[in-house]
Amino acid sequence: MALSYLRSSSSRSANLLKPLSSGLSLRSPISTDTTPITVETSVPFTSHRCDAPSRSVETNPKELLTFFRDMALMRRMEIAADSLYKAKLIRGFCHLYDGQEAFAVGMEAAITKKDCIITAYRDHCTFMGRGGTLLEVFAELMGRQAGCSKGKGGSMHFYKKDSNFYGGHGIVGAQVPLGCGLAFAQKYSKDETVTFAMYGDGAANQGQLFEALNISALWDLPAILVCENNHYGMGTAEWRAAKSPAYYKRGDYVPGLKVDGMDALAVKQACKFAKEHALKSGPIILEMDTYRYHGHSMSDPGSTYRTRDEISGVRQERDPIERIRKLILSHDLASEKELKDIEKEVRKEVDDAITRAKESPMPEPSKLFTNVYAKGLGVESFGADRKEVRATLP
Amino acid sequence: MLAISRQRILGQCFQKIRPAVSELRSYSSAAKQITVREALNSSLDEEMSADPKVFLMGEEVGEYQGAYKITKGLLEKYGPERVLDTPITEAGFTGIGVGAAYYGLKPVVEFMTFNFSMQAIDHIINSAAKSNYMSAGQISVPIVFRGPNGAAAGVGAQHSQCYAAWYASCPGLKVLSPYNSEDARGLLKAAIRDPDPVVFLENELLYGESFPVSDEVLDSSFSLPIGKAKIEREGNDVTITAFSKMVGYALKAAEILEKDGINAEVINLRSIRPLDRSTINASVRKTNRLITVEEGFPQHGVGAEICSSVVEESFAYLDAPVERIAGADVPMPYAANLERMAVPQVEDIVRAAKRACYRSVPLAATA
Repeated sequence: MALSYLRSSSSRSANLLKPLSSGLSLRSPISTDTTPITVETSVPFTSHRCDAPSRSVETNPKELLTFFRDMALMRRMEIAADSLYKAKLIRGFCHLYDGQEAFAVGMEAAITKKDCIITAYRDHCTFMGRGGTLLEVFAELMGRQAGCSKGKGGSMHFYKKDSNFYGGHGIVGAQVPLGCGLAFAQKYSKDETVTFAMYGDGAANQGQLFEALNISALWDLPAILVCENNHYGMGTAEWRAAKSPAYYKRGDYVPGLKVDGMDALAVKQACKFAKEHALKSGPIILEMDTYRYHGHSMSDPGSTYRTRDEISGVRQERDPIERIRKLILSHDLASEKELKDIEKEVRKEVDDAITRAKESPMPEPSKLFTNVYAKGLGVESFGADRKEVRATLP
Repeated sequence: MLAISRQRILGQCFQKIRPAVSELRSYSSAAKQITVREALNSSLDEEMSADPKVFLMGEEVGEYQGAYKITKGLLEKYGPERVLDTPITEAGFTGIGVGAAYYGLKPVVEFMTFNFSMQAIDHIINSAAKSNYMSAGQISVPIVFRGPNGAAAGVGAQHSQCYAAWYASCPGLKVLSPYNSEDARGLLKAAIRDPDPVVFLENELLYGESFPVSDEVLDSSFSLPIGKAKIEREGNDVTITAFSKMVGYALKAAEILEKDGINAEVINLRSIRPLDRSTINASVRKTNRLITVEEGFPQHGVGAEICSSVVEESFAYLDAPVERIAGADVPMPYAANLERMAVPQVEDIVRAAKRACYRSVPLAATA
């Protein structure tokens, strides 16, 4: 997620000589400014079996601007996906993340690309956070060759192994034991890195989660289980699905932290805390109090089980992008116009990526038979009519 | 008789050319006998020694030395970081194994029996088998799921099912099933070295059986190719396909059939997926008759697939309908007499072969 447009040389003085956007004073360009700023999180952390980290989060103008831009990009991307789905260019399932962006960006700010992330099917923005491109997202959603899974995965199956992003999983809850397995492998390999295994409030009741958590605690695995609690498992509100919706406490013997998931800085602080904990003492659960503006997926209007007032209320009071915008403006790090310009740029980037994605062709028919195995051994595979269509697996 | 003595003389000539180690052996070509258990144990040991990424996990694999002693001695040799005792939580530990494979390790996950794999089947199919395809090759899953499969003795309905057909239907998985010690060594080593998820179906009743193995089989570099069946016994009159324990039964049936002048060719499938269709079809084109034998439930079983393949590829060569011997179409009963009826016996294979050869049963019109 590079700030290719605004970023210039690392020397601040050199930047001062470059023409700034109209109407600005001589303050330092925020794109490279790493002067520390301390901000208080919206609400304090609530902890279970551990000492909560401080509410005071260290950040800087560069980071805040990166948050703003990245979240604006994610927001625009998801809204564009909505339109593409309604235009029938995206088929099947499409689960949108708008409203939840603060988690994707806050987590990335606390970790490296050597740490692993695994999530469920609401994965477009998580993929972007790991360094995926808009073209890869839109092309995959439309089933084209330029997609991150070459068109063979679809919305729920984005992967980026070179940045340790392991998908993209359609079976609710399965990604949690898989994530604990990644953590096992990191510990086995002595990599000193951690895994963030994300799941929703719907998946939080899955038995396999507790099985994996038990093993992780027994074996001291560097696993961080993150419950992105958007309060609705598809159409079922948390109080109807969980006897105890205090998901951060559900680990029982495993420590937990409840975090305002709409506050990117709180997310960053919590993830930093969790990483340190996991490397030293084993698994920890983070519960992110977050919200999705869209329904569960594109086939769900999202308003039959919650009121429009609730949705607009959250948008008014807690929108993650608005929070960062207010912070940037109140600290005088950029003007309203500059931020609006960023949003315009981002919109254009998204539109350009969609145009390029539409130009990408669908996969060649021969690709039906590729990647069934890593090592196909020259065996035969068959199409629907095996006397018509056969292939040898390489 | 002449042929046999000629072979012995040739064997002796070869002995002299081979390195010193073999000179002290007797002139029979396969001197050593090892049990299937020893074969599996030694394979695990050698592969763990050769590749530090290989590790074992499962219930009782460590301190208990393995529920069936297959992993005996490995905890002592490789330590608790590489031989992991898990709680009784198949869904959880299988998912953890698959996740470790995503990262690049090479787990060997033991199911105490494959009946318990049903608790973890989502991870075997959706998390392991399909990942390489869904990710267009980014995420390969070099994992082995192994354990006893099929009927044991008197363990009842929930502990006796054969899962060969279920797993072999799934693209993205490889499914192997050894019969003897050579198979056990060669196929397990191949499975561990393979970059794809492999389901390795053993048989509890075979663990204690001894089979002769050559020096080549005992060498730590030995492996067998995946996807190739073995013709255990050559013949001209009827082809009998089988895997795992049923290979032994098929060979016994072949001896009995020989006395009646029927010369059976017994094929040990070794690999259920990929299925060696070319070896099977070549055999049927030679013998013109086929019996498929399996322990598992008949409907949608391995034999059904083999029959289909032969009908598709070699229809003109069939001189009789394909015969299918399988487990009875009922949950496994406990009483010894009923259990005996629920699993194929040697006489069932003999009878089916005779039917295929003589068409002695008149064709009756169905109502």
